[in-house]
Amino acid sequence: MPTQLLFGAEVFLNGLMAGVLYALVALGFVLIYKASGIFNYAQGVMALFAALTLVGIMDGQVPFSHLINAMLGTDVHHFGWHVNALISIILTMGVMIVLAYCVQQFVFRHLVGQEPIILFMATIGLAYFMEGFGDLMWGSDIKKLDVGLPQGGSFWIEENSQWLGFGNEEFYGFFLDQLDIVATGIAAILVIVLVLFSQYTKQGRAMRAVADDHQAALSVGISLNFIWVMVWSVAGFVALVAGIMWGAKSGVQFSLSLIALKALPVLMLGGFTSIPGAIVGGLIIGVGEKMFEFIVGPMVGGATENWFAYVLALLFLVFRPQGLFGEKIIERV
Amino acid sequence: MSNEEGYVTADGRKIGGTLMEMKNITLRFGGVKAITDISFDIKEGEIRAIIGPNGAGKSSMLNVISGFYVPQEGEVWFKGAKRPPMKPYQVAQQGIARTFQNIALFEGMSVLDNVMTGRLNHMNAGMFQQAIWKGKAEREEVENREVVEKVIDFLEIQSIRKTPVARLPYGLKKRVELARALAAEPMLLLLDEPMAGMNVEEKEDMSRFILDVNDEFGTTIALIEHDMGVVMDLSDRVVVMDYGKKIGDGTPDEVRNNQDVIDAYLGVAHD
Repeated sequence: MPTQLLFGAEVFLNGLMAGVLYALVALGFVLIYKASGIFNYAQGVMALFAALTLVGIMDGQVPFSHLINAMLGTDVHHFGWHVNALISIILTMGVMIVLAYCVQQFVFRHLVGQEPIILFMATIGLAYFMEGFGDLMWGSDIKKLDVGLPQGGSFWIEENSQWLGFGNEEFYGFFLDQLDIVATGIAAILVIVLVLFSQYTKQGRAMRAVADDHQAALSVGISLNFIWVMVWSVAGFVALVAGIMWGAKSGVQFSLSLIALKALPVLMLGGFTSIPGAIVGGLIIGVGEKMFEFIVGPMVGGATENWFAYVLALLFLVFRPQGLFGEKIIERV
Repeated sequence: MSNEEGYVTADGRKIGGTLMEMKNITLRFGGVKAITDISFDIKEGEIRAIIGPNGAGKSSMLNVISGFYVPQEGEVWFKGAKRPPMKPYQVAQQGIARTFQNIALFEGMSVLDNVMTGRLNHMNAGMFQQAIWKGKAEREEVENREVVEKVIDFLEIQSIRKTPVARLPYGLKKRVELARALAAEPMLLLLDEPMAGMNVEEKEDMSRFILDVNDEFGTTIALIEHDMGVVMDLSDRVVVMDYGKKIGDGTPDEVRNNQDVIDAYLGVAHD
């Protein structure tokens, strides 16, 4: 087999896996947007905040240590213990639920029935608040996140895909990052769990009801407040998973919040209201930008990954504004 | 013929004691009075109608009962106890179900799923039990499905049970909404203009269903309608409103002969 083709296939596979991470962030957006009509700009920061908290708990960091030291003149930074990864994840989830409750209680409960743009502005405020709060709580240095996920290329796949070269001397088998493979598996499980949850549980049914019609939901005895706290918690959980994956890959740093921007073109493609759309959109963007860089990149001097997703999103906005799976926009006159 | 502790209707049905009582309700929107000092009661097992010309405050009254509006003055009594100010979902949990004038269904869901949401308050299995689908969760789902299927049969919508609601014609949507309200097995069923926008045939169907629901399940029904003819045939007692005030209350015959009511509906010469 020709080397170029094999290399292209490898790029394709790697693109799929990068796409999974985009999809994870986009999924958080879709959940909140569906249930409350809020476009949550803070989703990326939520992933950052979750990852920061996770690292902080695992390393036994003292929260607000800078503040405490400055006020009391002490010099404490660590409790001096390390917490097991699984327990830390559960504790972090607890923090995300508290956060969801606070967000609903102190911000969005007071904005019910406001224009979408106002809600959007509120989430921008929330994003900056959380970024600053995360900084204050855990410090702004880049942290290493190690929850025990495998790192580096998978030798097993490399060795067992060598035969695909059919004697091609230059081909040593596909190189796939183990972390990406794990991330893909976890994302798939997450999506299945979310779908089962929303289709077959009481709370899931209530969530879909609220997403569909607020008045009708109230009339069958659903508390909107409760559902919104729940949705923000679920989005917090998705953010935590995304935060773990990105954090394990490139360290927990504040640029993590910018991955939210990559989720935007994913949403344009997949539609703002569709869970499968977020997944497929993420995969298309992931594969698309890698393949485009591989094929067209060399002709235009590279660095196409920075803009490809946005141009694709722009094309979708022109020709199919509701995205691949979004609800069709019908203007009734 | 109506007294404090129930009465017997013209067609021989026994009506029980007071289920709900509105005492001196006043509702204002800013400076506008939508309802002015209205009192009436709803007795167990009866079909109670609230009628009046457009803008009389009927829908506002229904929204007060179902908790969507909180009146500035007056008290709402339900099952012999004064009701504290409540959110609509809490009212629903107390056993008051309603339909809407402009139909509020979950358009993206199937008919079956829509009716199933009416059962949400009858499910209390924990998340974990639901996850492993054992014990209480399984039993509840089966029980609730039985009630839902009964309601679907009753309202003759078996053939569309899997259809997404958005695809249904108007008349059927109204019926699905009634089904969802009925699935909650409410003590009090509130219908906001159940026949608005229907043709004669659909109106007849709906009237039949309302009577059957009352007859079969013994559900107390309060309904709003401005089509006088339909209301007079259906209801046991009628409250008449005009400009936010109560101008008549009694059996259809009493109301029909009430001079104020006649004036409100036919207009009166001003000299």
